[in-house]
Amino acid sequence: MAEPVQFDYRRAGQRFFSRIPHSVALGLDVVDGGDGWLLSRVRYRDDLIGNPATGHLHSGVLTTLIDQTSGAAAVFSSLPPEGVATLDLRIDHLRVAEAGVPIHAFAECHRVTRHICFVRCVAYATDRERPVATSVSSFMRTGKPLIRPERNRE
Amino acid sequence: MTSIRNAIANARRDGDYAGAMDLFPYARFLGIAFSEEDGELLFRLPFSERNIGNPVMPALHGGVIGAFMEHAAIMHLLWNLESAVQPKVVDFSIDYLRPGRPEQTYAVCKVVRQGQRVANVSVETWQSRRKQVIATARGHFLLSRQDDLTPQAGNS
Repeated sequence: MAEPVQFDYRRAGQRFFSRIPHSVALGLDVVDGGDGWLLSRVRYRDDLIGNPATGHLHSGVLTTLIDQTSGAAAVFSSLPPEGVATLDLRIDHLRVAEAGVPIHAFAECHRVTRHICFVRCVAYATDRERPVATSVSSFMRTGKPLIRPERNRE
Repeated sequence: MTSIRNAIANARRDGDYAGAMDLFPYARFLGIAFSEEDGELLFRLPFSERNIGNPVMPALHGGVIGAFMEHAAIMHLLWNLESAVQPKVVDFSIDYLRPGRPEQTYAVCKVVRQGQRVANVSVETWQSRRKQVIATARGHFLLSRQDDLTPQAGNS
């Protein structure tokens, strides 16, 4: 199969993120992306603290980061990208990330069927081999293209 | 490290639900509130534009619904003084049943099983009609700090 036009996954991912009000409120960024995978990031912020004694980010911030990054990996597993809805999401919290550092999430959609996308995600601070959290999730494909061709504002 | 427990105990004595929630910056960020209604702790997430995840539908962000349930579980354990420290989530599993409409969302928690160190909590979330559950979750929470996810010898 020829691939005539290069699809800019990182840019499309960032545009996807920037249209989601809660993503903007949290300040989620796309770092990189490709066919069925996405790498994103949330910066440390005082108003996202979950443990006032230690200053650690709330685990719920990770939930949103992982949900959205996994969803985007599912969205960008087909061209044109297609809308998805989260069916379920399980997160294992392996260790706490130190306060003050950004957290990254790397999600990959490892299986796409006619109706379902299966996604794995790893969240880490600096070292992907030392994850803060891992997750598995599944998404239902809506069957509707997500991005209308080139009338997108930047 | 017992200060959070003391602060919660004081808030509980004074019925200061808002003060208890204010201890957690991220709960304030989402706008979570709670109170005791008919003998159960009822958590509320008032609608806010910035909690939207799908602006086209529109629908609440699935991560917000998950985080709301997660924090409800933590606060439920704290309020009932079932933990000497702030409960720490070990794992959390969410089933999304319906989209979250742009309106107030509610949650209640049930401690399914509580051991000395770990509690299993289930959470149910709905909007205008309680029987129409939009998401359920279950998770495990560490109640003691001594073995706070520190690798054991020979088990790195």
